[in-house]
Amino acid sequence: MNIEALLLSIRLALCVSAILFVVGMPVAYWLAYSRWRWKFLLEAVVALPLVLPPTVLGFYMLLAMGPRGPLGKLWHAAFGHGLAFTFAGLVIASVLYSVPFAVQPLIASFETVDRKLLDASAVLGAGRARTFRRVILPLSVPGIITALVLSFAHTLGEFGVVLMVGGNLAGVTRTVSIDIYDRVQSLDYASANRTALLLLVISFAVLSAVYGINRRAGRRAWLPWAAK
Amino acid sequence: MSPAIVAACVRKMHRGDVAHSFLLDLEVELAPGITILFGPSGAGKSTLLDCIAGLTQPEAGRIAIDGEVVFDSEKKVNVAPQHRQIAYVFQSLALFPHMTVEANVAYGLLDAREQARVRVAEILQMFRVEQLRERKPREISGGEKQRVALARSLVTLPRVLLLDEPLTGLDAELKASIIDDLRAWNAAHKIPIFYVTHSREEVDALGERVIALEHGKIVSEGTPREVLDAPRRRRLAQAAGFENLLSGTVMDLGEPDGVMRVRLADSPCEIEVPLGHAAPGDCVRIAIRAGDILLATEAPKALSARNVLEGRIFTLERRGTLVVARVDCGAFFTVHVTPGAERTLELAAGKKVWLVLKTHSCHFVEG
Repeated sequence: MNIEALLLSIRLALCVSAILFVVGMPVAYWLAYSRWRWKFLLEAVVALPLVLPPTVLGFYMLLAMGPRGPLGKLWHAAFGHGLAFTFAGLVIASVLYSVPFAVQPLIASFETVDRKLLDASAVLGAGRARTFRRVILPLSVPGIITALVLSFAHTLGEFGVVLMVGGNLAGVTRTVSIDIYDRVQSLDYASANRTALLLLVISFAVLSAVYGINRRAGRRAWLPWAAK
Repeated sequence: MSPAIVAACVRKMHRGDVAHSFLLDLEVELAPGITILFGPSGAGKSTLLDCIAGLTQPEAGRIAIDGEVVFDSEKKVNVAPQHRQIAYVFQSLALFPHMTVEANVAYGLLDAREQARVRVAEILQMFRVEQLRERKPREISGGEKQRVALARSLVTLPRVLLLDEPLTGLDAELKASIIDDLRAWNAAHKIPIFYVTHSREEVDALGERVIALEHGKIVSEGTPREVLDAPRRRRLAQAAGFENLLSGTVMDLGEPDGVMRVRLADSPCEIEVPLGHAAPGDCVRIAIRAGDILLATEAPKALSARNVLEGRIFTLERRGTLVVARVDCGAFFTVHVTPGAERTLELAAGKKVWLVLKTHSCHFVEG
């Protein structure tokens, strides 16, 4: 079993969940409450990683991050080195790949907050920020936990995007799923099995936690493939 | 303290399904004290409140609260709801489910903590819910929730209070006690209270000024008696509890006596009703309360009442302490009698009876 790869995967998943928590919240808020007529376009963009093959997403990310890609050039100008095949590049690609897993549960839970409560809050003198902090956020805790856990778990298990933009550098971009693939390729089934089993157990534990929390909160667990 | 006054002139498309879309188009002025906005559901009552609160935007118009213009379509003024300093209690009450009663009431206060505590404690006591401070909304009764919602709204010292059917579903006694507490609070603060209801009982109980709204327009305005007893519109008549709504044709006008004769549709019945804006041959509607009709089992004689109709009881139905008789006099009438009268007169379906209608119990309804 490759502990280094496992730790790298966990570090990556933690970074991605943290970034999505910060970035996903305003995006979800906007998608839940905006009445802009072209909103559906952005909704489609957010859901895109659900249907796109990871290799397609990874391919375009690789082009963007390459030395001649816009993201790669920008990164090079700022930090003096390229973005492709680095941990930072992996984080950026994984964030995009997991966007729907963070944003959709957030939208779903924001939307279930009774609009009358928001009206009541406004009439009582609260601006949007106060309404969000005191009413929407506390009533969306199960959705927020779901979003965090799903983006963590989804990043932990990703393969295609990592392979495309990260390559296979030990300690830098070789995540646990890549490691399993490598071992199978070299016919080391026993070792692959140990790592795979561990990933299976972690994933199961995480999902049971989400369903358990949502059950206690009295609503159905939210998962993207069960979305409206 | 100068009295706060709300003046609103509002035009807004009220969008229900296709059949129920109409233009809300009216002007209201509210003085301190309770003003009742009365009308059937779907008349645009809540939409008007939403406009005053700023939760929805009229297409055109002007709304001023206490002299400050909060909405003006021409000058492009539209003050956000949180800056209008008004209170609005919804029908659903919208208490924050995750907060205690105390936190709910303190929500609108931006005072320093200690000061807020004092004000919250005072208003909780005023509305008799101080013992529920630590409870969550789901742990208290309907009446208690209504008291908490009122306390939460009033603790911010609003310039006007909007109430959207806040007391529906409570029994009369509980309602009265909450209204008494509200009146007591307002005796000291003297703000306009705009009270929306479709219940005739509440209009009667609250007294004061009534504005009757139908299809987005004010159809009458005045004391509860004036508004309820002289309905000018058919739908309003139903809302106000006129069980009998009859169509007929004007036969002739007795102008010197202030009456006219109306032949009821599809029947030989003719009744005398107060003179209205109608000419012989016009189709009109007459509204009569079931409780205003007398029922006799022998032909009545020497009466001041001008309308005596002969007929037969068609059905008889006991509803609690009320007996509802449907009487066929050529036209059908609904008559309310007491269980005692039912026994003494030995009323039964098929029995021959006479109905007695005073001219002024028959209300001429326009439209």
